[in-house]
Amino acid sequence: MLPSLTSFLGQGMQMVLVLVLAPGIAGLTRIVKARLMRRRGPPLLQPYHDLHKLIRKEAIIAESASWLFRVAPYLIFAFSWVAAALVPTFATGLMFSWTGDVIVIIALLGSARFFQTLAGMDVGTAFGGIGSSREVMIATLAEPAMLLVVLNLALAAGSSRLPAIADHFVAQPLAIRISLALALMSLVIVALAENARIPVDNPATHLELTMVHEAMVLEYSGRHLAMIEAASQLKLVMYISLIVCLFLPFGIATVNDGFLAWIAGFAIFAGKLSLTAILLGVWEVSIAKMRVFRVSEFLSVAFIFAFLAIMLSFLTQEVLR
Amino acid sequence: MSPGVYALIAIPFAAAAILVVLPGYRLTAALNVLASFLTFLAGLNLLRIEPGADPYLIVDDVNIVFIILNTLVGFTAAWFSASYIGHEIETGRVTALSVRFYHAMYQAMIGAMNVALLSNNIGLLWVGLELATLITVVMVGLYRTPEAIEAAWKYFILGSVGISLAFFGTILAYLAGQATLGDGLPAMSWTLLHANAGKLDVALLNLAFVFLLVGYGTKVGLAPLHAWLPDAHSEGPTPISAVLSGLLLNVALYALLRFKMLIAANPLAMRPGPILIVMGLVSLIFAAFMLYQRRDIKRLFAYSSIEHMGLITFAFGMGGPLANFAGLLHMTMHSLTKSAIFFAVGHVAQAKGTQRIADINGLSITHPALAIGLGAGVLAIAGLPPFGIFMSEFLILTTTFAREPWLAPLPAFGLVLAFGALLLRMQGMLFGAAGGASHTVKASPFPFAFHLVLVLIAGLYLPGSLVNWFERAAEFLG
Amino acid sequence: MNSAYDVSHFLAGLMLVASFALLYQDRILAVLRTFAVQAIILALAVAWEAWVQDRPHLFITAGLAFGLKGFVIPMALHRMIFRLGIHREVEQVVGVGLTMLFGLGLVALSLSLTLKATTGAPSLAREGLAIALAIILLGLLMMITRRNAVTQIIGFMSIENGLILGATGARGMPLVVEISVAFSVLIALFVFAVFVFRIRERFDTVDVAALESVRGDRQ
Repeated sequence: MLPSLTSFLGQGMQMVLVLVLAPGIAGLTRIVKARLMRRRGPPLLQPYHDLHKLIRKEAIIAESASWLFRVAPYLIFAFSWVAAALVPTFATGLMFSWTGDVIVIIALLGSARFFQTLAGMDVGTAFGGIGSSREVMIATLAEPAMLLVVLNLALAAGSSRLPAIADHFVAQPLAIRISLALALMSLVIVALAENARIPVDNPATHLELTMVHEAMVLEYSGRHLAMIEAASQLKLVMYISLIVCLFLPFGIATVNDGFLAWIAGFAIFAGKLSLTAILLGVWEVSIAKMRVFRVSEFLSVAFIFAFLAIMLSFLTQEVLR
Repeated sequence: MSPGVYALIAIPFAAAAILVVLPGYRLTAALNVLASFLTFLAGLNLLRIEPGADPYLIVDDVNIVFIILNTLVGFTAAWFSASYIGHEIETGRVTALSVRFYHAMYQAMIGAMNVALLSNNIGLLWVGLELATLITVVMVGLYRTPEAIEAAWKYFILGSVGISLAFFGTILAYLAGQATLGDGLPAMSWTLLHANAGKLDVALLNLAFVFLLVGYGTKVGLAPLHAWLPDAHSEGPTPISAVLSGLLLNVALYALLRFKMLIAANPLAMRPGPILIVMGLVSLIFAAFMLYQRRDIKRLFAYSSIEHMGLITFAFGMGGPLANFAGLLHMTMHSLTKSAIFFAVGHVAQAKGTQRIADINGLSITHPALAIGLGAGVLAIAGLPPFGIFMSEFLILTTTFAREPWLAPLPAFGLVLAFGALLLRMQGMLFGAAGGASHTVKASPFPFAFHLVLVLIAGLYLPGSLVNWFERAAEFLG
Repeated sequence: MNSAYDVSHFLAGLMLVASFALLYQDRILAVLRTFAVQAIILALAVAWEAWVQDRPHLFITAGLAFGLKGFVIPMALHRMIFRLGIHREVEQVVGVGLTMLFGLGLVALSLSLTLKATTGAPSLAREGLAIALAIILLGLLMMITRRNAVTQIIGFMSIENGLILGATGARGMPLVVEISVAFSVLIALFVFAVFVFRIRERFDTVDVAALESVRGDRQ
């Protein structure tokens, strides 16, 4: 079936949209944190300036680096961008929506992380090794939880494709569902862990021994660093839009609804995104970073919640049969 | 329901209320004995009235046996406690303040056990048993030594867990009955549940029985749920050890039997017999082995209690009129004998000032009367003729040989093991050179003598009416 | 969607989450707070059942759970901990993560067991019973894997919470109010008894490992 022009256009717009919004969201979070700590903070558009500056700078590469070190940033950026572009933001049913399966997205992020960790160890510094091993530890605990959350929603909606899940939940009447609440909390914990946010990791730290994500990218500079920064910003946007799409899908248009519905969908999506970014800023200011060995307990909570969510929805299904 | 039945509950609780406010040890001890005697008379009164049931209480062949036994041992234990605690106050092991509550709690405990024995409502049964357990836990910790507190704590934790599981089983039993009998009181009435047992939901009934077995089985002291029993027996005051062995274990067993009857009446539910047989045998053999390593005299007899409760459970698990009769008889004999032994042991411990077996020797030289008493008691509990326990053990073994011959060597083996251990220890304590401390003890021989005489008579001759009565109860037990 | 079922499912699920939260904590004061939260959720669940099943005397049970277990007992234990100087880290037998995984296994076990056994019962009762059994088993797990006397009391009380949840779910069970009163009395008595017996006074810690000097098997 040939994709229609609208769906092709819509998909293109979505890809550009997430790329353009990503640094802005990171900047929004940063400024909210600064203002709450009674600082002025950098201007909202500072991340764009940073990326622009970095692209123009020379990329210094260590002598012990291999081809992986040079290739990794591009791969990471590509994977993250594709993943972010697949999550429905303002409309479902776009051209690539047939690939918008949550498992695909997890796999894309996993591949990005794979190259990221290898690149961190590539140069042979100690900090890179620390960062990579911590990152992989977090991923080992977070990914099963995320898969369980996906399973829970997929069981409810009958498909693991994101547009299908979003459509299913838009059509539901408003009701208190504890399994969804638990799945949401679990996904939020996973998102915090994967995006290297407090309480798992401090993105603004300069102390290498407390770093997880930052430690892996210590050796990068210039355009490589720009790609990696952009990739992590895209990852944040992707997680936020994933949470929004799965749990708060109201206002999403479908591909054939017409241009006005798309504008409305975009406005609502931008609103949800900004609100989440602000909430993230508030959250990061109010809570302290955990010690590394407590992170595994924290992530096992995510796993437990996701599992409980599945068991509770199974219980409901059995009892109401 | 005839008013005589209510007396069984009203007298102990009223006495408890009075005892709380009275000061002075002698007065309260005397009142305690008097109230227990009156309760015993009320128990005997049950033989005269018509069996019957109302939504809350029931009087039938099965529980009359338990009630009369209970009130009798409650009375003699109160008598024993009067002289024993007097000595403890003199030696300073117990303060006068704790003694005041001790007698009130004793009566409240008897009342709670009667509630459990008389109740037709499975929830009320649970409440009575829980209250009795709670009170014994507090009494076990009476001496306030670190060991006593630890024993009381362990008893509390394990007992409470058992009780919670039993409550869950009760809820499940209610749900099983709810479908047939409707909401509310009828579905909690044992008589109605038993009458409609064939129509009850089988899966629920099975699950309920498992929970009830684990919950109430903990209080019976079945291995592996027995861990609280040795500590509670050894660290609490001796009257409490006697009460635990002679009374509380029986009431818990009664609760278990009620539910066994219930589930046995449903042909599709799981057979309770094999489970009870297995648990009984495990307790029996395990306790028999453990007897050899015990170094504290009360702990020794605590394990002996576990062993005998195992044997009784085994007998009830076998089922059928003869095995049930033997089980009832053994239970009666065991209560009487074990409490008699604890009466003697209590005075022995006071005489020697210690509970360690290694430090108790030469009793036949220093305290000949006590030595005779203890010796007779140990011979009785070890199963020698002409005492009654020999009779009941013999009956159990012959029934087992007749019905399941391959099973019979196991209890026989356990009994022989226990026999060896008990005789070994008894010999060490009674004979040999006298050593260690030696205090004078003014003990009333009546409770001990009364029990042993009963057991002796039962071993030689069981009156026909008693046999008929037990047979009816055995028949009903199914 | 049946809203009566929805709300009770929600509240029961919250109680289950609270049970896991109890397993997660490693400081006694946090354990007390979490227990108070669980008791309050129980009170809400029982009150809802009272309203839905039209049995007003269950409101007494709800009130008892709220007042006694939600406030009085946690505050009494709080005071006791400071008065007796009990140290505030909870020693654990197995790590938190492993304990919670066991807990998950127990929840799965209780759900499958209860659902299979109660095929004939009404849906609210099945649900209440399944989650009640899960809470009971989690409370048992907490009692086993924590070495502190205060957490053992809390574990037992959370078992009680589960029992009351199960009993109210069983429609029409009489004596539920009386039994919950009995339970509450039991616990109040024991909190008091621990205070009076001053377990702390006899030992330097309320760590029950230190209590094991009298091991029956060695005597």
